[in-house]
Parts: sequence; structure tokens; C-alpha cells
Amino acid sequence: MVDVTFARAFRRHVDCPDATVAGSTVRAVLEEYFATHPMVRGYVLDDSGAVRKHIAVFHNDNLITDRSTLADAVASGDRLHLFQALSGG
Amino acid sequence: MPTNTTSTTTSTTALIGTRKGLFTVMIDDGVAITSAIGFPGVPATNAVRDPRDGAVYVSLDHGHFGVHLHRSDNGGATWTEIAAPEYPAKPVGMVERNPMSQKELVWATQLGWVIEPGHVDEPGVLWCGTIPGGLFRSGDRGDSWQLVQSLWNLPARQKWFGGGFDDAGVHSICVDPRGPGRLVVGVSCGGAWRSDDGGATWDVAARGMRSNFVPDELAFDPDTQDPHRIVRCPASPDSLWTQHHCGIFRSIDNGGSWSEIDHAGPSTFGFAVVVHPHDPDTAWFVPAISDEVRIPVEGRFVVTRTRDGGTTFDVLTAGLPQGPAYDLVHRHGLDIDHTGDQLLMGSTTGSLWWSGNGGDTWTLVSANLPPIHSVRFC
Repeated sequence: MVDVTFARAFRRHVDCPDATVAGSTVRAVLEEYFATHPMVRGYVLDDSGAVRKHIAVFHNDNLITDRSTLADAVASGDRLHLFQALSGG
Repeated sequence: MPTNTTSTTTSTTALIGTRKGLFTVMIDDGVAITSAIGFPGVPATNAVRDPRDGAVYVSLDHGHFGVHLHRSDNGGATWTEIAAPEYPAKPVGMVERNPMSQKELVWATQLGWVIEPGHVDEPGVLWCGTIPGGLFRSGDRGDSWQLVQSLWNLPARQKWFGGGFDDAGVHSICVDPRGPGRLVVGVSCGGAWRSDDGGATWDVAARGMRSNFVPDELAFDPDTQDPHRIVRCPASPDSLWTQHHCGIFRSIDNGGSWSEIDHAGPSTFGFAVVVHPHDPDTAWFVPAISDEVRIPVEGRFVVTRTRDGGTTFDVLTAGLPQGPAYDLVHRHGLDIDHTGDQLLMGSTTGSLWWSGNGGDTWTLVSANLPPIHSVRFC
């Protein structure tokens, strides 16, 4: 099981509680999360299923670099943390 | 903004989409009676009230979080997030490039630029124009959206390019009151397109428009024109006006052909246009100097109005700042109500003006709003 957490800025716009879900890849974990929180998908992924441009996904302490297929393997006890760049005035 | 507690039957409500949220403002004789902000801090691209059932729709541009649409069935008191237009997967192996940048075109919604209720006889039907150029239709009040494939698959789309944005976008959707499924859409920079069969087929509707920033032999290419905004006169549906990147044009044959209006007060450059709902010869524009210099001529902020189909123009100044003023009104920043008497105008520097007499005089409703993307009477 993998812990999925979101930075505070997400929570302002969509209900995205912390969760522990199953899955053996980044994609599988996120899909499992979206299955119970479908509105969160559009805040994380774009129409093509890739991670949105300014969204970052940490797998434990490492930023994922495969942002389109999301095929990186994850193991039970790992953590995915999602956050976003903030900019503008 | 100034407010008071007096309410009369003449008050009107408007939706103001700004860079920092959606404002719902009740205006009485130019004074804001009430003002409520929804989605504070979030860019609200466009909002509209559906006259058929009273629902209010807003398109938000969350930037990092993408485009999200919401619906309210109680005038904005509470909102429900609905589906956002979503492009289908690009066919495997297909490579499309922006003709200007040569960057590969991603099939993904960048902006929900405009939402329009469908024909009165099509309850629940909505249209949404997006960047990078897709038109979407919903048959269920926005609970789901379908890309209008027939328009998206036009070979001419490969020539479309961005105007102000990297990629092309649909910003104007002119529903024809004569029957469901008849509409003209405006695309920057992809001309105008008309369908009379519910979007099954499309004909180019930009012949006569002229671009002055391309080689001469391409100046009249209808597929790449940049109409900043197109509007239709409800009482005379064949009558269309456009504020084009390169001037003002008018059509009296439902977009079959366009004629250029080459003089209109201080300038023919601008973004916004509205047409009187009952008089196709009367239209309003908000000029700026030029493409290269997008500020009012001589720092004097004016509205231009024709009442004779573009032969002559009034330059309306009463109540508007005559300098120095550097307000610019974007394509969705001007609206007219169903009577043709009330106008509302919002600028990129956050000023909102109201007129109750067809633009003869204007009243400043607020000078302190965030940059205004869109204004719309409810």
C-alpha cells in the first residue's frame, strides 16, 4: 500500500484527503486514488493523462521524471506526494 | 466599489469574470447595490447565466491545476464542479505542429474561453469554445462534453495559429435564433465557421475579412483570419459584426461575406464589439491605437457607436476618463442587455462602467476590480 498526500494548495480547490491505496506503479496508485476521488484527476493530469506542467510528483524523496506514462515502480510503504509551483501576482 | 442599500426594480445583475475571481454584481443606475466574489483569487475566464433555466456557469483557469467548470443553480450562492472539456487521445503516430512555433500541438484544454447556452428549443445544450481551437458541445448542462469532431478535423485547422496565446482558440459562438444547430463560431486565428446542421458540417464564414500582417497573397485567406470577437443581432440573425485584429467588418448574409468598415472614430483596432439586439445597424466598439500599441488613442478612453451600419460613428466620452487613461477592453469585456439600453464594460486595469442609455453616458461602477476578462448581464 502506498501513501498519497497533497500539498495545501490543492485542498483549496478540490477535496483530496490523504489516502493509502494499492498499486505497483505511479500510474496504478494514482488511478486507484482517482477511482475514489474522481474530481482530483483533472487537477493532477491533463487530457492526455500526463502530469500537468506545473505539478510535481515526489516518489519518496525523488521527483519522478516519467511524467507521461508514470511507469515508475512503487513498493508497499512508499509515499507519493503531489505539489505545485506557485507564481504570478 | 460604492454601495448602498436601496433597491429598485430597475436593478440588474451581472457576472464579472476577473483575474482574481468571479464577481456577481447587482447594479442600480450605475451603482453597485451588492457585490459578491466567488472563487476568490482564481482567474475566472468567462461566466454566463443560461436564460432557459437560470443556471450560471463559470469557466475557471486554475493555471497549474488546469481548466475547471462550475455550475450554480441558485444564482451563485453555491457551486457544483461539472465536467471540463477534454480532448480525445491524439491518434497514435499523428504529429501536429503549431504552424508558427513548430511546437507539437498537444490535444489538451488550455483555456475554456467562452460558454454559450444553446438554442431555446434545446434545453440543456451548451457550447464551449476552447484553446487550442476545439469547440465542445454538452447535451446535459455541462455534466459531460464532446469535442465537435467535424470542426476539429477540418483540414484548414492545420493552418490555424494563436493570437495572443500560443495556440488557436474559439472565442465566439453565435447561436442562430431561427433554429437549433445553426451557429457561427469565431476563431483566433482561424477565421469563422458556420454550421446549419448541428455541427455535422462546416463552411468557412470569413470571406472578405482581411489580414494586414501576412504577405499580400494571403491577406484574404479566410482560414487564418483573426476575428477578435463576432456577435450576431438576434432580431436580424443574418447580421453579424466582428472586431477583427485588422479592423471592423460586417456581414449581412450570416457570414457568407464580410465588408470592411475602414473608419470608426479614433481607430478601428480593438477587441470588443456588441450589436443592438433589435437593430442590426447599431453596434459598439472600444478602440485602442493599434496592434502594436494597445492603449487608448492619446490616452482618452472612448467607445465608438454606429447607428447606420458603419457609415458613421459617434465617439462616446461622457463619463469615461479622458486622460491620461490606459484601459483596454478585451473581447469579452463588453456586453449589452436584451433591451439594448444597458451596456457594461470592464477593462484590463479593473475598471467597470455601466450605461443605461446606449452609451450616451457612462457611470463608473468600480475602479478597483482585478483585471477584467469578461462581463455578462444575467
